[in-house]
Amino acid sequence: MLFALLALALIALVLATPLIVNAIERRRATRPPRRRDEGGLEQLSLYDPGRERRAEQRARELLRSCVNEEEWSMYRDLGFIRVAGRHARRESDKQGGPAYAYLVYPHKPIVAYVPASGQLLSEYCVEFPDLAGAGGRHRLPASDDVLAKWMALTSDEDRVIRRANLHLVGRQHDPARVRRDLWRLAEWERRRGSQPEIQQKSR
Amino acid sequence: MKPGHGEVLLAEGDPRVEEDEERLIEEFRRQLDEGMWAAVPTTHPGSGRREAQLVKNFTDIPIEAERVIFFPRASGG
Repeated sequence: MLFALLALALIALVLATPLIVNAIERRRATRPPRRRDEGGLEQLSLYDPGRERRAEQRARELLRSCVNEEEWSMYRDLGFIRVAGRHARRESDKQGGPAYAYLVYPHKPIVAYVPASGQLLSEYCVEFPDLAGAGGRHRLPASDDVLAKWMALTSDEDRVIRRANLHLVGRQHDPARVRRDLWRLAEWERRRGSQPEIQQKSR
Repeated sequence: MKPGHGEVLLAEGDPRVEEDEERLIEEFRRQLDEGMWAAVPTTHPGSGRREAQLVKNFTDIPIEAERVIFFPRASGG
């Protein structure tokens, strides 16, 4: 009995298929055409594989035009920029190099350290979120992120540090890797043969 | 600087020309109203050291500045 009912249902479905197809086609024909900018093109632009690459290329040019030659070379060769701290704890600190400095990485916290000893001080987690209401989906290209940190630090260090979340080094950065970066930086300066702006422990 | 896009030219003109100046001021205010920070890259005259100067008013922009860069304000990450 059940088999007979299933067979009847199947036959009815097969017979009704042309009617269903015709109904769908009629409905498609009478529906107003979908606006192309409602989703199609926008979605396509989201998947433009060259957009981020072009944005990063522009960002690198902008960064290069803002920082000095040494900082640009540092970023190009090592992937980060060092920025000297402005404050001095003692009067004697003002005579020599800065008491502390920052390593500015793209899309990673700023690391504060003591150039004279290589001691790592802290991580400052800071970001530059999309204010245009895109829901934080987008972020700055890597080089723009570095430039934003550089501009914020060199113009108003206190403000950006106040806004940042402070952590001990190790939350997002691997301390061993940061120490290795400091060593790479010292070697890089030695190879360049230039007098470093910030005297730093080589190891 | 615009997240997801990078550098975008917002406005350009000669601030000594009245019409241009009005347009530049309008765009400057619009960006600050949207919560952006504005900075002018500068070169220290003595040492040649590069740094940025944050500007909060259009009149704070140095006369010799070639550009003002707007970037999202920093927040704790």
